[in-house]
Amino acid sequence: MTNWVLRGLRTGIKTTRYPGTEDLTPGVTPGRPLAAALPEQEATAVVEVCPTRAIARDGAAVAIDLGKCVHCYRCAAGETEAGLPWKQDYEWAAYSNETATARRALEGAFGRSLHIRFVDAGACGACMSEARQLNNPYYNMHRLGFFITPTPRNADALLVAGPVSDAMRLPLRRVYEAMPTPKRVIAIGACAISGGVFGPSFSSAGGVGEVIPVDVTVPGCPPPPLAILHGLLVLVARKPPAARAPQALRSGP
Amino acid sequence: MNDVAEDSRQLDDAAELLWSRWKGRILVKRNEQVASLKVECGKEDLREFCDWVSEERDYALATEVVEETPAGFLLTYIFYAQSREPWIFVETRIAAGEAAPSLVDLARGPSFDWHEREAEDLFGLRFEGHPRLGEFVLHEDWPEGVNPMRRSFSARAWRGERESSASWRPPRALLEPGSFAMPIGPIFSDFAESSHFLLETVGEDVVRTIPRFFYKYRGVEKIVEGQTIDRALLLAERFSGASAFAHGFAFCQAVESICEIEPPPRAKALRVVFAELERLRRHAASITGICNSTALAVATSQASLIEEELLRLTGETVRHRYLFGAIAPGGVACDLDDAQARRLGACVKEASDRLGELHRLLRYSSSFLDRLEEVGVVSPEAALAYGLVGPIARASGLERDIRKLRPYAAYGSVDFVAPVEQEGDGYARLRIFFREAEQSALIIGQVLSNLPTGHLTAKFARTRAGAALGAVEAPSGAAFHWVRLTEDGAVARWRITPPSFPNWHGFHLAAEKFAFQDFPIILASFGLSNAECDR
Repeated sequence: MTNWVLRGLRTGIKTTRYPGTEDLTPGVTPGRPLAAALPEQEATAVVEVCPTRAIARDGAAVAIDLGKCVHCYRCAAGETEAGLPWKQDYEWAAYSNETATARRALEGAFGRSLHIRFVDAGACGACMSEARQLNNPYYNMHRLGFFITPTPRNADALLVAGPVSDAMRLPLRRVYEAMPTPKRVIAIGACAISGGVFGPSFSSAGGVGEVIPVDVTVPGCPPPPLAILHGLLVLVARKPPAARAPQALRSGP
Repeated sequence: MNDVAEDSRQLDDAAELLWSRWKGRILVKRNEQVASLKVECGKEDLREFCDWVSEERDYALATEVVEETPAGFLLTYIFYAQSREPWIFVETRIAAGEAAPSLVDLARGPSFDWHEREAEDLFGLRFEGHPRLGEFVLHEDWPEGVNPMRRSFSARAWRGERESSASWRPPRALLEPGSFAMPIGPIFSDFAESSHFLLETVGEDVVRTIPRFFYKYRGVEKIVEGQTIDRALLLAERFSGASAFAHGFAFCQAVESICEIEPPPRAKALRVVFAELERLRRHAASITGICNSTALAVATSQASLIEEELLRLTGETVRHRYLFGAIAPGGVACDLDDAQARRLGACVKEASDRLGELHRLLRYSSSFLDRLEEVGVVSPEAALAYGLVGPIARASGLERDIRKLRPYAAYGSVDFVAPVEQEGDGYARLRIFFREAEQSALIIGQVLSNLPTGHLTAKFARTRAGAALGAVEAPSGAAFHWVRLTEDGAVARWRITPPSFPNWHGFHLAAEKFAFQDFPIILASFGLSNAECDR
């Protein structure tokens, strides 16, 4: 037993300084494409190369809807080819729509004690793995007052990943109904926001918003742990949200 | 003797044996390119032939592919040998409206079980003699006679939100007075994937577990139909994100085999590096899960530190923490420069050493070992009959590893062992995870120290029509991707048999006669993914 104690003490403190200061340790994020002004031909090319239509023309530049981006790197500027610049950051969480923006964030009593129920609504395993990392010593979300609860009846927020497979629609709705009010929903990952590469189809709803109301979205495929942490902080109004995608992109196909 | 000559000789021997034993009843065709034999077999001989191949010749079922044809169905049973012998593809045609013979009561019958149940649900193909068809991939609320994999079914046609009828009850096996069933799932635990388990008990001990899966069925094999290779690869990487590279790899192998493309040496070497990096991380995650299931807090933290460091290392060197976008048809999409290769080698070595140290500490924690030893036992006989693969098969004494059986990419020139344990319990599986992680680090070190120079991808001149199998050893076992392409390079049929498919089928073997509190431990010791199984 003493071996374990010594081993634990010898490891020292590993925890990130985020949200106090920015953490840009290499490898904490897959990065994201940046909206940029490109010559006509290249702009057309990056719009065409995007498999999930996350990129659209915006006048002389191209705009990005991060909620649809699946980090396929097909639009990334290579050493020889032209493309979009790629930024290593993670504060991507935003309110899901105008109504959610208007709804008051969970402040006050919830600000430093938020109980979260995680729901896998057909996620591939990567989003879940990243959410699970929030419990490891590097991210340790307990220090910020975020707790995972096994039952929706004790939950203030749902953290949902996946495009909502057909068989998970009803369980997801039931979980939401079982929660006490006030309740909030965070959709994590491209699948949960827009269906990602899966849907909508006969077996996938194409996003959590199709089944229950969503308050905060955390883009990414998968969103890295720090992005999910940012989403939780946005929900309790301890961090400002990222700007949302331009209207033109959201109403597109 | 060189490998090509050896394969050719093996092919001759195997063809000769088939001819002499099954004269006049089957049609055999040789395929030199992938060292395989195609056997055309009538419906009436199918049971006998498959029994002979699997039982007498010790071949394991890789996958069963169903394709709809104008006249009915074409069934392809693909078997792989437990040695360098060739693959055997058995083809049988079933006329529309007829039933196929069920193979579940053969000696290796359980390995056919889930394939038949899936085909019945998704194609509406009946299997005569199968004791329990229906309510498998599609649950009881799905309308009868609607089969999503049929050509006539539109992938965009959603059936509306449904509920099971009020009279529906889950199937029960235990009928003694006083017995009851405890349902777990589909939403349970802190971070569990959606799946359901019915634990049947008469009081203290659980007598048996009835699992129910496919809550996460996203119809990948259906929605990919008609899509380009490029789009299909996105799905291959993203239907099971925790083993993204392995599935992208198997898919690309199948495509390369159809289009007769050979990836350049550097790509082959990097594919091995990336695949082993993924295995190392997945095994670290499984070890974290096992420590967590026994509530050993410091060990959980230590293992999860290693897991996160490997994720960061992957993100730093291959852009993406889960290796999305690292593979490309014909090669790889990511290169390593010398500095990155050195750093990768050093960090992987360090992670492996720290896992070794963790293993040493765990071996001396008797309270931990007590929870794993003789818990969740899978016998070698059962593992064989169910066609289990990967670490779970190897923990039950089966020497079964695609990297050894059919060396692909650069594995033929790498020196490594595929560890095997005999007990088949939770502790044996944990030891396999540790030993394989160590081997992965050694493989990465070997390949990086001698990385060939040259191009990253082969020229992809044009796509061809055809079908081929891609097979890799994914972190949780053999992954088989069978792909049929049309002339213009669209996917006509893609059959994915991930390692979680046979292994989840075998899960109930380990979840029998145990105490309630052992359930999370048995679950964790399998280290499987539902997303991978459900597709």
